[in-house]
Amino acid sequence: MTSTPAGSVGTEQGPERGAGPGGRAPVVEMTGISVEFPGVKALDGVDLRLYPGEVHALMGENGAGKSTLIKALTGVYGIDDGEIRVGGTPLEFSWPGAAQAAGIATVYQEVNLCANLTVAENIMLGNEPRRLGAIDWRATRRLAAGHLATMGLDIDPASSLGAHSIAVQQLVAISRAMVVDAKVLILDEPTSSLDADEVARLFAVVRRLRDQGVAILFVSHFIEQVYEISDRMTVLRNGARVGEYPTAEITRAELVSRMIGRTMEVLEDLQVRTDRAVDPTEGTPFLRAVGLGRRGSVEPFDLDVYQGEVVGLAGLLGSGRTEVARLLAGADRADAGAVRIKGAPARLRNPRAAIDRDIAFSSEDRKLEGVVGDLTVRENIVLGLQAERGWLRRLPGRQVDEIVDRYVAALNVRPADPDALLRNLSGGNQQKVLLARWLATAPELLILDEPTRGIDVGAKAEIQRLVADLAARGMSVVFISAELEEVLRLSHRIAVMRDRQKVAELTNSDDVGVDDIVELIASGGDR
Amino acid sequence: MANVARRARLDRRYLPVVGTFVVLALLVALGGVRYDNFLSVGVLANLFINNAFLIVLAVGMTFVILTGGIDLSVGAVLALSSVTAAYLMQAGVPAGVVIPLVVVVGSVIGLLVGVMVHVFEIQPFIATLAAMFFARGLCFVIAPESIPIKDETFVALASWDTWAGGQWRITSSVVIALAVVAVAFYLLHYTQFGRTVYAIGGGEQSARLMGLPVARTKVLVYVVSGTCAGLGGLLFAMFSRSGYSLSGVAMELDAIAAVVIGGTLLTGGTGFVLGSVLGVLVLGLIQTIITFEGTLSSWWTKIVIGALLLVFVVLQRLLTLRRT
Amino acid sequence: MSATAPTPAPAASGRLGAVVRHRLFWPVTALVALLVVNTVSRPSFLSVSVLDGHLYGSPVDILRNCAPLMLVALGMTLVIATRGIDLSVGAVVAIAGAVALSFIATSPDPGSPATVLVAVGLALGLSLVLGVWNGFLVAVVGVQPIIATLILMTAGRGIAMLITQGQITTVTSAPFKTLGAGFWLGLPVATLIAFGVFGLVALLTRRTALGVLVEAVGINPSASRLAGVRARTIVWTVFALSGLFSGLAGLILASNVMAADANNAGLFIELDAILAVVIGGTSLAGGKFSLSGTFVGVLIIATLSLTVVNLGISPLVTPLFKALVVVAVTLVQSPVARRKLAARPRRRTSSGSPSGSSTSKAVA
Repeated sequence: MTSTPAGSVGTEQGPERGAGPGGRAPVVEMTGISVEFPGVKALDGVDLRLYPGEVHALMGENGAGKSTLIKALTGVYGIDDGEIRVGGTPLEFSWPGAAQAAGIATVYQEVNLCANLTVAENIMLGNEPRRLGAIDWRATRRLAAGHLATMGLDIDPASSLGAHSIAVQQLVAISRAMVVDAKVLILDEPTSSLDADEVARLFAVVRRLRDQGVAILFVSHFIEQVYEISDRMTVLRNGARVGEYPTAEITRAELVSRMIGRTMEVLEDLQVRTDRAVDPTEGTPFLRAVGLGRRGSVEPFDLDVYQGEVVGLAGLLGSGRTEVARLLAGADRADAGAVRIKGAPARLRNPRAAIDRDIAFSSEDRKLEGVVGDLTVRENIVLGLQAERGWLRRLPGRQVDEIVDRYVAALNVRPADPDALLRNLSGGNQQKVLLARWLATAPELLILDEPTRGIDVGAKAEIQRLVADLAARGMSVVFISAELEEVLRLSHRIAVMRDRQKVAELTNSDDVGVDDIVELIASGGDR
Repeated sequence: MANVARRARLDRRYLPVVGTFVVLALLVALGGVRYDNFLSVGVLANLFINNAFLIVLAVGMTFVILTGGIDLSVGAVLALSSVTAAYLMQAGVPAGVVIPLVVVVGSVIGLLVGVMVHVFEIQPFIATLAAMFFARGLCFVIAPESIPIKDETFVALASWDTWAGGQWRITSSVVIALAVVAVAFYLLHYTQFGRTVYAIGGGEQSARLMGLPVARTKVLVYVVSGTCAGLGGLLFAMFSRSGYSLSGVAMELDAIAAVVIGGTLLTGGTGFVLGSVLGVLVLGLIQTIITFEGTLSSWWTKIVIGALLLVFVVLQRLLTLRRT
Repeated sequence: MSATAPTPAPAASGRLGAVVRHRLFWPVTALVALLVVNTVSRPSFLSVSVLDGHLYGSPVDILRNCAPLMLVALGMTLVIATRGIDLSVGAVVAIAGAVALSFIATSPDPGSPATVLVAVGLALGLSLVLGVWNGFLVAVVGVQPIIATLILMTAGRGIAMLITQGQITTVTSAPFKTLGAGFWLGLPVATLIAFGVFGLVALLTRRTALGVLVEAVGINPSASRLAGVRARTIVWTVFALSGLFSGLAGLILASNVMAADANNAGLFIELDAILAVVIGGTSLAGGKFSLSGTFVGVLIIATLSLTVVNLGISPLVTPLFKALVVVAVTLVQSPVARRKLAARPRRRTSSGSPSGSSTSKAVA
């Protein structure tokens, strides 16, 4: 296990330029790429080589530059320095269509398709077969059906794309990429919204494409998946390339340490666990939900949350965890059941009502439901507090400063500038600011929906530690995460969701493992 | 499962237009029951004849609204085109030159708007507002007073008519309007351009990342709208036999109302030209009914249209709500 | 009144760069340019004298004539800041005038202050109700603001016509006339009213948290709602205020001519108001707003009308002239021009701000 001193960056173990596996020439060669945004150098002299018939993973933490590199390759961003060669020829892409024409197809993290059009249209858009100059719809649908079959998707090509789940939409996006017979396929975080079956299906397709000679660039922060599917990987850190390694020759520990620049020991320190020696479930629960449900959203469920307890919600994508959270937070209105808070009945018909009862909710969709981008960090942090006081009584400036400084320091928000606009911060730091907003309101119940999604390992650990701390000090927490290890590490009790229903509840202990939860999900609670 | 999905999709996308149809039917029924001669061929034919220019405007507006934009300049461009036509023909320029010229004037203004919207990233509302001011301003300069049109070719064209099935009167404007509708339908449903229009409405970012020519299309929809406004001006000139700088005031609102009542969502991505045509017919029927009623003053038209718009909008809203 | 400058990371030179990039720079420059043009063509333009016990001169005329637009633009700024738009202001202006004058005309004593007060109260009350109606459609029913206010815009003129029975109602009433044409302490009453209300709202938005909350609602309505901001109430309120201020503007306008013309009162005033707001730097997309910017914008538009006359240009050309100015200002204020002027390295992003697109779920 080699330890890399923090801060050192350099090229290690790179293959000889020009020669690749089996001596093949790279189909894409990016050399010395630099991209700058106002105040930030997103990429600094990065090299990347993609070879045909190979799955190449692009690794790095949040803000390392993965997305920027891809957008530079596909013509979404312009490059300030460096060169891109495709098939040996230097090219410059001024718009995404040009990259497509050069044989580079991309499937983005946010499924960038048009939900108002049909599946067939989305697949074939821009490449529809023509008859006498006009689009031949019948042929389009037929071709689309063919592509869907290749992907193993059994859906009606004439159905509206928006009617399908995100997972299906993602696979449709990949079908689209294959329509243009791409030589290079870029998959940017394709599995973040897929369940295990869908990931397996995707990987089967990826392997097939690889065997056909397509060069595949796979960006993901799911380390296990990267090890499963990729042949080679490039690691970025802070906009620079740390190195390029064949997957078989780098251990997970080495990889992570390369990514965050820290040693294994520090990593183990970061493993946070909730103190489960204390059993908080006694007395009146802080919140008791009985038969709470909403048609079309989640089946009626019961849930108790005690003070000082972390209740984890585990389940697959679409199982209803977020729906449960939203009901508890008043973000959605329940049409069945009742809630009691500290023994007294409560009607949580809107977020304001929940906040008045000391419930705080951090939504999973930061961008849409959390970040007020054009306001400063300071204004964002005190937004909840100010909303509580109403518009008339403005928070005194000194009080605001004190609160803001306290949380920026406690949560290690970077850059530590309260006057920076929130939209200029990285995702992880935005999440911290949002957490600060909620913590500033001094809630008794904090509901966190995927607080660590898309966040680098370091920030992730900080947030986990925070949750454990808060619980230890008497706050109740409802914690949702797609990463079962995380849920297991932090929760006192775990509620298992499947298909919009709560199917099981168990008390966490050292004997409970990921497999147990997975089995509960699979069996639907029936034993 | 797939069948359910198909039926559901059918419902959602077409439901607003079905609503339009229902309103249309109700209005026809109301008129037919209440007044004699309402359901006569003459009345219905006049519906098309009197609103031909609005149909053309609404078609152009549909393109723009489908991309999530809006065009407030169509009324002013319509006036500009009719005023320019009248002016040129009075100055002796032959109709054969004037007619294509004024349509091109509309296209050029549309192009300028498109450039403002896309290259300069100005909001469509503002860009078309400025264009509206500009066109209207030009009108006042070109024709401080109303200019009558006496050009023989033009008058002959304007007066040309034929009788379908011996009973249903069709004028040249109606023919032109229907041709425009047919071309628009083809464009929207059978060409790359049209599908890109819908895609932009569904998500401009997505359309761009899908490699579609978003820039070109965004500019083109305003060219289409401007061209339609120019053409509408011609039809209006044929209708009124004159060029008057205050014509077409607030006509863009009628066009927008027609498009909304015709089932197109203002957010873009959903809608049909045929729906907009139905919308125009609805507006025309309301006006006809009020004329037939006789005792109601014409300003009731505005109130009724406003109320109808309200109903449609609320219904569209309920439809979206039930979806979530 | 505060004008927040949206500062992109400063790449240009310090002080001077900051001034040029300030949101108010171009509008103020435009206004000054207009004043200069006027003074050059007519040196007595800026002169103000005392006549009949009150101030007199072109600047005074501008200040008085801009009063109605000032009020309408004030409401419009707040509405636009919440991501809305109010197209119905012209109709409300017409309705307010119609209500007040019809009441005065049919009352036994048109000249009594009491009658006028009641008339004003009725008109303002109805305007407020119409604003509340708009707010209801937008905040509760969830209709898009363009469409919701379009409805009132379409039907409203019809309603005004109904009230005046299609006639242009005229009255003689001294108390009512002071609203639009009177003077108090030497200054036009209309201006005092408009500036007073403007100042009050400016104070309210920046001394209390109202401004920030309005901005939050405009920038991200969902996030604001979840953060506990009463977004619904705020949106409802700004529309109600827009209606109220438009009604007040309508009264001043009607008082100016002592007539209520349902067809033409306030025609196109919504366009002028929106233009003033945009010229002042508030984005139509909502979010951060600038009342001082709107103030300058209104002055520009009011000065423009006078400029045309002063320059001896036919009034028929005014709309064209306005259009050119509008186009010029819009181009200069456009995001593209702003970027170029800030001397930024060639950053061509076809998908907009990079940080904007990276703030999504599982970010790479």
